[in-house]
Amino acid sequence: MIASQFLVLAAALFALGVYGLLVRRNAVLVLLSVELMLAAVNINLVVFEAMWRTSEAIGQVFSIFVLTVAAAEVGIGLAIILMIFRNRQSANVDELDLMRW
Amino acid sequence: MEWFDTWGLPLIVFLPLVGALVLGLIPKEKEDAVKATALLFSLVTFGLSLVAIGLFDFDLDTYNTYQFEVNTRWIPAIDSNFHLGVDGISLPLLVLSCFVTVLAVIYSWDHWEEPRNPRAFLMLMMILLTGMNGTFVALDLVLFFIFFEVVLVPMYFLIGIWGDKAPRKIPGFSRVVETRLYAAIKFFLFTLFGSAFMLLGFLALYFRSGEFGDRTFDIVELTNLGASGAFTGTFAFLVFFGLFLGFAVKVPMWPLHTWLPDAHTAAPTVGSVLLAAILLKLGTYGFVRISLPILPNEAVRWAPVIAILSAIGIIYGSLACLAQTDMKRLIAFSSVGHMGFVMLGISTLTDVGINASIIGMVAHGLITGLLFFIAGSMAHRYHTREMARLGGQMKLMPIMGGILGFTAMASLGLPGLAGFWGEFMSLVSSYNPLDGLSLTVFRSAMVAGAIGTVLTAGYMLYMLQQVNFGEPSDEWVGRNFHDVDRFEMTAWVPLIIFTVVVGFYPNLIFGVTNDVVGSLVEMAFQGGAVTAGLGG
Amino acid sequence: MGSLLFAAAEATHAGDGGWWADTAGIMLISPFVAFLLILAFGKRLRYNGAEFAIGALAINTVWAVVLFVLNMTEGVLREPVRFVVGDIGSGLTFELGWAVDGLSIMMYLLVNLVGLLVFTYAVGYMEGDRRVPWFFAAFSLFAGSMLLLVGAPNLVQLIIGWEGVGLASYLLIGFYWEDHENVNAGNKAFMVNKLADVGLLLGAVFLGVAIGSFDFAELNLAAVEGNAALSAVAIAGGALLFFGAMGKSAQFPFHIWLPDAMAGPTPVSALMHAATMVTAGIYLMARTFPLYQQMAADLRPWMVAIGTITLFAMGLLALVVDDIKKVLAYSTVSQLGYMMTAVAAGGYTAGLFHLFTHAFFKALLFLGAGSVIHAVHSNNMSDMGGLRKYMPRTYATFVIGALALAGIFPLSGFWSKDEILATLGHEGYTAVMWIAIAGAFVTAFYMTRAVALTFHGTYKGHGHPHESPPVMTVPLIALAVPSVVAGLLNIPGVSWPGIGNFTEWLAVRVVPMGDHHAEAIDFFLAGVGLLAAVAGIVLGWLIFAPDRDTQQARDRLEIPVLYPLFRRKYYMDDVALGISRFTMGPFARFVNWTNTYIIDGVVNGVGGLVYHLARFIYGGVDQRGIDGIVNGLSAAADAAGSGLRKLQTGRVQQYAASFVMGAIVLVIVFVLVR
Repeated sequence: MIASQFLVLAAALFALGVYGLLVRRNAVLVLLSVELMLAAVNINLVVFEAMWRTSEAIGQVFSIFVLTVAAAEVGIGLAIILMIFRNRQSANVDELDLMRW
Repeated sequence: MEWFDTWGLPLIVFLPLVGALVLGLIPKEKEDAVKATALLFSLVTFGLSLVAIGLFDFDLDTYNTYQFEVNTRWIPAIDSNFHLGVDGISLPLLVLSCFVTVLAVIYSWDHWEEPRNPRAFLMLMMILLTGMNGTFVALDLVLFFIFFEVVLVPMYFLIGIWGDKAPRKIPGFSRVVETRLYAAIKFFLFTLFGSAFMLLGFLALYFRSGEFGDRTFDIVELTNLGASGAFTGTFAFLVFFGLFLGFAVKVPMWPLHTWLPDAHTAAPTVGSVLLAAILLKLGTYGFVRISLPILPNEAVRWAPVIAILSAIGIIYGSLACLAQTDMKRLIAFSSVGHMGFVMLGISTLTDVGINASIIGMVAHGLITGLLFFIAGSMAHRYHTREMARLGGQMKLMPIMGGILGFTAMASLGLPGLAGFWGEFMSLVSSYNPLDGLSLTVFRSAMVAGAIGTVLTAGYMLYMLQQVNFGEPSDEWVGRNFHDVDRFEMTAWVPLIIFTVVVGFYPNLIFGVTNDVVGSLVEMAFQGGAVTAGLGG
Repeated sequence: MGSLLFAAAEATHAGDGGWWADTAGIMLISPFVAFLLILAFGKRLRYNGAEFAIGALAINTVWAVVLFVLNMTEGVLREPVRFVVGDIGSGLTFELGWAVDGLSIMMYLLVNLVGLLVFTYAVGYMEGDRRVPWFFAAFSLFAGSMLLLVGAPNLVQLIIGWEGVGLASYLLIGFYWEDHENVNAGNKAFMVNKLADVGLLLGAVFLGVAIGSFDFAELNLAAVEGNAALSAVAIAGGALLFFGAMGKSAQFPFHIWLPDAMAGPTPVSALMHAATMVTAGIYLMARTFPLYQQMAADLRPWMVAIGTITLFAMGLLALVVDDIKKVLAYSTVSQLGYMMTAVAAGGYTAGLFHLFTHAFFKALLFLGAGSVIHAVHSNNMSDMGGLRKYMPRTYATFVIGALALAGIFPLSGFWSKDEILATLGHEGYTAVMWIAIAGAFVTAFYMTRAVALTFHGTYKGHGHPHESPPVMTVPLIALAVPSVVAGLLNIPGVSWPGIGNFTEWLAVRVVPMGDHHAEAIDFFLAGVGLLAAVAGIVLGWLIFAPDRDTQQARDRLEIPVLYPLFRRKYYMDDVALGISRFTMGPFARFVNWTNTYIIDGVVNGVGGLVYHLARFIYGGVDQRGIDGIVNGLSAAADAAGSGLRKLQTGRVQQYAASFVMGAIVLVIVFVLVR
């Protein structure tokens, strides 16, 4: 019962993250939405670890991994956005089609 | 000369490669040094191949025993060895490839297509020579495959860089591409398509051989297994089909021939010469060296199919020639017909037929190589290959016209010149193929072949009439054409001499091939069939 | 094999020819040497290389004459000298060499002697012409190939020589290649012959594989001894060989190339297209005579039929053409028909004897015609007339040749034609014999016409004709001698003391000949034959000689001019006119029409059909069909790539949206399926 409440929270957070990822135009906010989704995943990991305690605490270990990766990702992502902003005076993802053929 | 037993063949194969590396070290601007080096390396290689003939012991020559054999561990993980050797079947072809390459280097001396870069051109030719020689002496399927594929790369670049730059509209494509690019890619992909199936066949043989002892890629061991009837049933049927695709594309057999006219027409002169003279023989050689001895039962099953395709190829190729307006394309298509005779000889599975096919290969190499030399030199002077625009060459360049006339006569199989024997013996053998093969199929193929000789005469005379005879058109009157120059003469005269000598003394080839072909037929098919049919 | 050969040699009490036969191969090689020497040095010499060509044939003639004399006195039968040039394990051996027996010696003499005279003549004829060295080079190539052919001990060497003479013929017919007409004629000759050569090639395969050898002696022995393997294929193989012979010897319906072949210089026509090369087919039939006598005997009536059609129908065509060389060409076709008929009917000696005599008088006629053409610079008889006064030596020799061809006693043609008639009668071909007699009438008729239009009447050409130089007239005179006397060599029932007769000389072969030779002259038959010839000459003379001014009109058969003229003469003239009108008018035109529209039509039709078939196969099947599949596959891959790349917009959010949507779909599927 307690678990399901946490899971609903995580799902809601994830859905918010997806929404933000798809509709936000500002690249910084898109990055933030990705962070939101990662946070949802972390909640899930911790919840499941609490329900089925494993001897190595895999869930918590993984949530730490995710945090680390998320931090690195934000670092690189923000750096890219900063460079794009400097070059184009804009961080609008609609205008970013450098990856087209 | 004991060193030759060990080092002879590796030198013949890899000396040109060393030559290519040395060429790479010479500065591009020193063209004379580049040319001299290339000539030196090709001459030494040719000389070594002649030494091989001199030291070859013809009395010992039975099938599946090779001379100057080299066999060392190479890739133990897949039981593949570095195994080289020659016998009477590969010897003439080995010498032919070295010989024609020397002439090609001589011819190139001052015939360079744009973009001018003799060093790169000659390097590619040297690599090509390594691939060709390697294919003829390789006795390990992996090694064979590698050399077989090595040939593709330099030829791809020869066609793609120095080929015909005329734009061409390809049916089905919206873009217009340069002929050289289209032809080069088509040549490469077509051959690769066949090779893929061939490789599958090789792998299948490798794994199946494990059931009779150690797994092996060795042609000698596989031949022994094949002769003992190891490979049978659907497995063997499919393996033969795979090998057939690989070799038939290279020959080329109808209907896998369409890369040939494009590649030959687009290639630079020397490229066409080497393609026609040597590369096509890799396919027929593969049939004789690999398909027939390793899978004899399947060869019997497939023989009528090959015979029918060859007969179609003979008629079809000649008819297609009659419709050509481009001289080089006409010569290219003539190869389809001539190689049809070679394959018809092989498909009879008799010693006469296989002897016919080998002398046919050599003759085609000499004659069609010469035809392409001439066509190239003519295009160099006229800047067109359209026969309708040419004419009166006997007046403009009598020597060139005379040599073209001679070569055309040789190509149509005039008795007394080299081309006759392959065709005539091919007909003899298909009159009386291996016991058990359908006489109806083979005799029909024989009649088709005989009619093919008439059509061949037809298009060769047509070409001569258009190009050599009549008055020169206004376009050429008053132009001062340079008749055959000394480099052309040096490259062509040996071919002419050999065409005549082989024509009057075919034993030059039969003497080399006869014993080994006889024992091949004996080993794989239990007996020379024509003998059985001869009531002597 | 060897032992049998010697046994046969014992039986005929022949010598082996000694040193001369051992070295006879020189004859086969020297013209090729001359060919190379002329190509190398011809241009720098006074006579443009004719020195080499004539020198080679002069040497050859010495050998040929010595061998011929030896054969006359003691007979020469030497086991052929052979060199193995190709040896294949399972019993097929290719050899080159030379045969020395009665038949080949006769041919050696013919080729070398007539060749020598024609070469000499050509020095004068070609003076100042284009590329004379090349002419003599190709002519030497021909002589060498022809000698290779007649000296061949086996079928394979015969094929080499056979195609070699074909090549030389092609080169010389198209000698004036600036004009595409001439090249076309050369192509036609080569192609017709090549088509027939399919028969020769396959025939050689059939017969050679059956007995395991291409050797003529083996083949003939096998035929006589009843070899089982050979008898199974004898009919097919024999028919195929005959097919090949029909092409080279211009038998109906393959004769069409020969008249066109006159496009070459006249000496070429004389030597190749009259005296020697076209007789190769007859020679082949004679060489394999035992095969056709024994195992392939069922073919003989068909061969006789072909020969008979050729000899009669083609003679008629000579009546209507204006080109003097074409008159002689049709005449040659007709005479080849006589030879073929004779050999096919079983007259080995009769056919070859006619071949022998015909070579002299037909070469003479052609060289005479060449002399005339040289003088008036035209081939057409309508540009000639009255040349008798200007060219007396040419006239005299031409008339001798014409009389010999017509078969007038005692010239050579009379004896050889009589021998053919006798053989036909003896072998039971009575109807054919009467056709042959009618053919003799036609022969005499058209030769009279040719003589009358060329040498009598008034000169209608331009310029001033003059007698040819001695270098041309001496060969004419030299050829006139054998044209007169050669017939005496084979008078029925006569065996000259010490040398015998032609029949005996030709019988010196490995396999004895089973042919008939008349013991005495059949005076009735000889009389009828002579009567037909005389009738032909008289009628021809009556029609073409008298009124000089209207000759041309008569030749075109403008009846209003001819008719009243003949009305003033005997009633016989009307009959003659009727007959000649019919033969020269509708009938000859019909045959000509058949020739032009049916046979040539078929040839051209087949050619056109093949051309269109070829274009269809190349354009439709190859380029669009097979290559279409190849190109289609790559085009499809290309199109798929172009379509798919449009999905790549570069907008990350679109990608993410697709990704999320995909994930949702997967979740739904996952839930529902569970």
